[in-house]
Amino acid sequence: MSSSPAVGSGPSSGEPNHARRFAALWLVSTVIALPLVILLIGPLLGPGNGSDQSTLQRTDMTVLAGVATPVILLVMTMLAYSLIYFRQEKGAALEGPAVRGDARIQATWIIVTSLIVLGIAIFGTVELEAPDGAGSGSGPNPLTVPSGPKLPVQVIAQQWLFTYRYPTYGGVETSVLELPVNETVEFNVTSLDVIHSFWAYKLGVKADANPGVDNIAYAKPTEEENFEVHCAELCGIWHGAMKSKGSVVSDSAFNTWIHEQQTRLAPATKVLPTYSKTYNPEPTRRAE
Amino acid sequence: MAKKVLGVSVAVVALGLAIGLYVANWATSFPTTVSASVNPPSAGGGTNLTLQTVGAVGRKVSPGNPDWVSYLVKSNGRWVHSTIYNVPANSIVHVTLYEYDSASGLRNALFSQVQGTVGGTMTVDGKTVSAVNPEEPAHTFAIPELGVYVPLPGVSEAEEEKDFCEEAPCEPKYHHRTITFSFRTGKKGRYRWQCFVPCGAGYPLGNGGPMQTLGYMDGFIDVV
Repeated sequence: MSSSPAVGSGPSSGEPNHARRFAALWLVSTVIALPLVILLIGPLLGPGNGSDQSTLQRTDMTVLAGVATPVILLVMTMLAYSLIYFRQEKGAALEGPAVRGDARIQATWIIVTSLIVLGIAIFGTVELEAPDGAGSGSGPNPLTVPSGPKLPVQVIAQQWLFTYRYPTYGGVETSVLELPVNETVEFNVTSLDVIHSFWAYKLGVKADANPGVDNIAYAKPTEEENFEVHCAELCGIWHGAMKSKGSVVSDSAFNTWIHEQQTRLAPATKVLPTYSKTYNPEPTRRAE
Repeated sequence: MAKKVLGVSVAVVALGLAIGLYVANWATSFPTTVSASVNPPSAGGGTNLTLQTVGAVGRKVSPGNPDWVSYLVKSNGRWVHSTIYNVPANSIVHVTLYEYDSASGLRNALFSQVQGTVGGTMTVDGKTVSAVNPEEPAHTFAIPELGVYVPLPGVSEAEEEKDFCEEAPCEPKYHHRTITFSFRTGKKGRYRWQCFVPCGAGYPLGNGGPMQTLGYMDGFIDVV
């Protein structure tokens, strides 16, 4: 152990080359940890494999974890190395040597961190939009639209409940969300009052519900499972309770269910407004 | 100088105490829990919950917000200003509700259909119905987690002009609708309930004030 750090200067006689040793340690730990993070931790990251979009998001999370791994190891290795090799001896009350500016280190630090942060920002932004607008909703005119047939499902947010309207099934509206497996769903997300956010985590879909806006997001559920829908935008006293149940079921089960809903909810369907991408219910008399 | 410092310090401490007491009072003021009364087996069993909704709760019940719309619940023959109700698990709850408020209409017509009640129906002034005109409800009684949505038709404009109860608790002499329905509870737990008519008069979108304050147009059903 040494009490005379070699910061800002070359190795003195008898002093190991800390920079080289540290770089080697960091490199070895990164080479070991990176595949472990990608292969072992990656598959455990959210949101899962409930839909094509959530699978892509899991890949995104794995990429971000992979980028973060060398950075975390750099910090942790530096901390551990300093604790071991630059520990001040007991009883000594010495100030460390003054650290002077090093243009090469500073430039490297600024360039590398800028590249990492900007790279992640660009990657994240592209990936929010890339999986068919699932990560954010793409507004009324999505940049990317998945090919093939799509089941339109309108998500109607209101304080404090999500309801779902199926325009291709007579415009029936339900308070639970049921979807057929392996069929691309077009979520048309809107709100009747304030801003909400439709978040079906397991499906990898999160889209703001704005009044007067048709915010479109796509998802193709690939596993039959139950999931929860939460509101992800603070919207009032019962925001925390604004959640509902959803399920992805087989094609035949979906058909049975939707026809049951059509029959059961026929009286309400009859008085619902004509299906529209957005609704602007008049303020009520009491609210004026 | 020392006197000034002392004076300022005392004032700051007093102000802090006053703010602390106000916040503590606000944070701990919670409506009392009212248990549903037991319905004798000879009368069908289960429990009874008797409620009323009023257009303005009045100074006697809510001095701070006398103009707010509110629910009240009957407990031991008295009307209590509370929206937290205890009901037994896996049982049937019979609700009788006196609706004294005037119609203001639904924002989402889905809630015009009675859902989640026994038989999918309710009675309004003795008449069994499964849906109402979306313009008719003054309020709704909805427990989303239990799938219960009941529209509550209000009194008509003519009735409102003739005699309108403006201070709770309202007496039967005022025009009102009598609504009854039953629903089944499931497992134990706390379930929130709310009104889906934006009935907070004077607030943006009608969803402020009594809609955003526990004890008026929303609360909990504690299934115990």
